[in-house]
Amino acid sequence: MPILEVDSLTVDIDGEVGRRRILDDVSITLEAGEPMGLVGESGSGKSMTLRSILGMLPPGAEIVEGEIRFRGTNILTSGSRRGYDQRIRGTGISMVFQEPAIALNPVMKVGRQITDAVAEHKGLSKRSAHELAVELMDRVGIADPERRAHSYPFQLSGGMRQRVMIAAALVQEPEVLLCDEPTTALDVTIQAQVLDLFRTMQQERGLGLLYVTHDLAVVAQLCQSISVMKDGRIIEHGVLQSVFDDPTEDHTRKLLTATPRIDDGVFAGTGGDASAGTSEGAR
Amino acid sequence: MGKYILRRVLLMIPIVLGVATLSFVLMKLAPGDPAAAYLGDKATPEAVAQLRHAWGLDQPMIIQYFQFLGGLFVGDFGRSFIFQTTVLELLKLRMPATLMLMLVSLIFAVVISVPLSLWVAATKSAASAIVSRVFTATVQGMPAFFVGTLLILVLGVNTGLFPVGGYGSSLGEHLYSLVLPGIVVALTICPVLIRSLTAALNDSLSAEYTNFAASKGLSRSKIVRNYAFRNAGITGISILGIQVGHLVGGALVVENVFAIPGVGSLLMEAVLARDYNVVQALTVIFGVLVVLVYLLTDIVYSLVDPRVRLGA
Repeated sequence: MPILEVDSLTVDIDGEVGRRRILDDVSITLEAGEPMGLVGESGSGKSMTLRSILGMLPPGAEIVEGEIRFRGTNILTSGSRRGYDQRIRGTGISMVFQEPAIALNPVMKVGRQITDAVAEHKGLSKRSAHELAVELMDRVGIADPERRAHSYPFQLSGGMRQRVMIAAALVQEPEVLLCDEPTTALDVTIQAQVLDLFRTMQQERGLGLLYVTHDLAVVAQLCQSISVMKDGRIIEHGVLQSVFDDPTEDHTRKLLTATPRIDDGVFAGTGGDASAGTSEGAR
Repeated sequence: MGKYILRRVLLMIPIVLGVATLSFVLMKLAPGDPAAAYLGDKATPEAVAQLRHAWGLDQPMIIQYFQFLGGLFVGDFGRSFIFQTTVLELLKLRMPATLMLMLVSLIFAVVISVPLSLWVAATKSAASAIVSRVFTATVQGMPAFFVGTLLILVLGVNTGLFPVGGYGSSLGEHLYSLVLPGIVVALTICPVLIRSLTAALNDSLSAEYTNFAASKGLSRSKIVRNYAFRNAGITGISILGIQVGHLVGGALVVENVFAIPGVGSLLMEAVLARDYNVVQALTVIFGVLVVLVYLLTDIVYSLVDPRVRLGA
């Protein structure tokens, strides 16, 4: 049984110009432990898909059709009063947001932000919550976690903040991790480190990963399968290699060719070994 | 921090000087003469002149000004013309009631505004929004003396629940008699407080960090308390600080409505009698008080906001 199934999800939103369809018959099947890339242009509905899965649509947005099943149960109706099942958040599915600078509470110590939810669910003492935070911070590669746990977000670098958010997302050992362009706000060298961390965590924990990005190179490094979105629909889905080698949709082909490659001509004179790095897998 | 506070305290000097000068000039510009007022209609010009000389009012303006300023620096506010005692003695007698009234009002203001704003922001229900809007608009549209009189009629005279005025003699009686006036003064600052606090809460409830907290599975009540309220509270503190200035004004009016023997009613009597020294002293003291509260607000603000405390 797949760990997560988004089945014919259709979402409308009330805006200034009236009601608009932002997700149209979106279906995604994620097996346990599968890393999947969800790509598309800005506004194609990638983030909305993730937010729907967590039951966190913006005001005015409404799911008009479809199911979201986690381990076979439709979480849209299995909660209290037949609503969204909030128990799934953090423990079953969690999410890493795009900008750690605004997704962490600026006036709360990061250690506490990592463990406040799990401490509430399990009734952890302050002390064991702190120990857990330190352990997780160590796991995501933050040096000197004992001291850093007492830092506020503004005292950490962008990369470290994103590691904190990853730690907070993983602390309750979810089976699915949603990532909403988690490296876009970081500079390139830090991006590579954080991507490494995602790969390690995904493999170690057998995480189902739904990784939203517009950067195909990232998908190539991290994912086994890929879904392409356009105008609120999934237009193409398949195993990574086959989609990259032989895209069936024009739009996918355009996205693929839009990724700059070092051997693309402009840099042709720099020699064959210049194709290393992030663009390599994108071929 | 110590340096910062010192700089702020030093900055108070020109402000206090300005307030002192302004109050001096305004009092001198006001028509009427304290000696004539004191002696009454039937006094002879000679008697008035004699009294003016005794009170030093026949001295050149500039000398009177520097005497006043010099006195300020050593904490001597001079003598009251009508009460025949030093201004300092008068203040000792009257100040506690006013400070107590301001404190009680501040507590009422927080007790009314915080739950109401939380209710509006956390539930986002149409009912809460309407209740809050009607409440703030109504309260804002009614002057303090009117609300005061209304409360005296309904809760004082008609039901006898609260005293209609006065201040009592024990602490318990003080607090009891400050309930109604405290509410009236609190209501003068509630509308602004409620609106800004609701806006700040709405901001933090729709912030990305609140979304992230929800995605971790944190309960709604914890999110409201530890994310929305904690963050909006920091904004709330500075708004509350600014509103204390308005509390002073409100207290002065309300003391007269409820016959509370504080400095508000003293100020009223002093202005009517052209009791220069008392009016000037009170103006300066309230000026200092407001500036001190602003300073205190900034200090508290920097203590609760780690970004300020630790220097972001």
